[in-house]
Amino acid sequence: MPTEQVGSEGQPLPMLEGHDSPGRLERLLRAGKFAVTAEIAPPDSAAPEEVYERVRIFDGHVDAINATDGSGANCHMSSVGVCSLLTRQGYAMVMQVSCRDRNRIAIQGDVLGAAAMGVANILCLTGDGVQAGDQPSAKPVFDLDCMSLLEMVTSMRDQSQFLSGRRLSSPPRVFLGAAANPFGPPLDYRPLRLQKKIAAGAQFIQTQYCFDIDRFRTYMNRVREMGLTERCYILVGVGPMPSAKTAAWIRDNVPGVHIPDDIIRRLLGAKNQREEGVKICIEMIQAVREIQGVSGVHIMAYRQEERVPEIVTEAGILEGRSPWYPGIKTDHI
Amino acid sequence: MYRVRQWSVRNARMLEWLYRRVEGALTLLHPLWLWAGYNRIERPVRSVERLIKSAMFDCNMCGSCVLSQTGMSCPMNCPKELRNGPCGGVREHGYCEVKPEMRCVWVDAWEGSQKMRGGDSIQHVQPPLANDFRGRSSWLSEVRKKRDKNFFLSVKNTSNDAN
Repeated sequence: MPTEQVGSEGQPLPMLEGHDSPGRLERLLRAGKFAVTAEIAPPDSAAPEEVYERVRIFDGHVDAINATDGSGANCHMSSVGVCSLLTRQGYAMVMQVSCRDRNRIAIQGDVLGAAAMGVANILCLTGDGVQAGDQPSAKPVFDLDCMSLLEMVTSMRDQSQFLSGRRLSSPPRVFLGAAANPFGPPLDYRPLRLQKKIAAGAQFIQTQYCFDIDRFRTYMNRVREMGLTERCYILVGVGPMPSAKTAAWIRDNVPGVHIPDDIIRRLLGAKNQREEGVKICIEMIQAVREIQGVSGVHIMAYRQEERVPEIVTEAGILEGRSPWYPGIKTDHI
Repeated sequence: MYRVRQWSVRNARMLEWLYRRVEGALTLLHPLWLWAGYNRIERPVRSVERLIKSAMFDCNMCGSCVLSQTGMSCPMNCPKELRNGPCGGVREHGYCEVKPEMRCVWVDAWEGSQKMRGGDSIQHVQPPLANDFRGRSSWLSEVRKKRDKNFFLSVKNTSNDAN
């Protein structure tokens, strides 16, 4: 990989030939490295310091950071706000965009604003329903869905135009991602859904939590047969469960998370459930890494963000790489 | 009616056949519609369309019908009105994340599409819904789209021909 001067104060990196974004995540994935992304929980606060504090935990261990967009239909600092603060510091951000709260006019404006603030990666999501959050009386917008959102942003980037056809004088240079849930019904349709997302413009995928390695292997077999791993980079969602009780609660209450009984039993039988959760997460990372076509992991350690560095280190997935962070004394990415 | 809607999905193959015939007939009658004036027949056609489709598919008159590409399961019955496939929140046995008592309309759509000849079209990426068409007859829009080249240009800007 070419050594690059890293833009430390939010200066964009030079775009490499054949790339769609000036970001580090695209560079890494295209170079065939095993990428590590993590999720930052945006604070319920207007203080930038709280964002900086939360991100510093990941320094030197993750390649890009996802800023969630009202995840679980709960309100927090906006993803465009979190991303703007952190790209100023030079972090590689994945801005999540959900279709639940904004219509096509608002989203197109945010895409331009975010790209202008140095966001190089956008994850296009449908979003949880409003009933999942603490303000269920809110109006669900869903003017777009993840698929039409992907297509719209792709066209903004590649055709340099708004959905209406009106021209952009400078297109948003963004690497486009989508989510996938290989574990939700209808299971036999899920690989086709991935194919459809790729057709709509998805270049990388971050999956839902993987706790069922067999189900995931079956999914990946089909995805490989369809040639989809040649057309997108798949980052598998993983994360530590703090206890058997939480795991069971998440299984029953969080839409789309599938946790097999033996994982819950294993947590239940452990002396220290929290440590066992971390251990399961590390094992899961090592297991998915062996699956052909997996390009990285996406660590969602909700309320256990401080465990991410040891999970990454113990899993041994960086292969001696040290991901960039502000102040790092290297010239590689 | 939820039960009728389920029946329609189970009989997607037959309804697909019927739909093609109706569409063909309506398209053939384009000169007649033109003579009568599309704006004048909009209301009566819309009423008939609403009556039939509400009974059979719990139609919401979105004005841009995609039933033939969604296994005869109307995607506007999805609480998120998703027109491009199931979200990630489908429950373990194929039920809706938002309305746990209802089967996911996309689980139904997938099953319905498997029965249809043109079922592969479930893979077409649908453009965002034209909200200015809500409440209008999508049958007439379809006919005009086919026969009247200037129709779409005159009514709205879309990027939906990319597929």
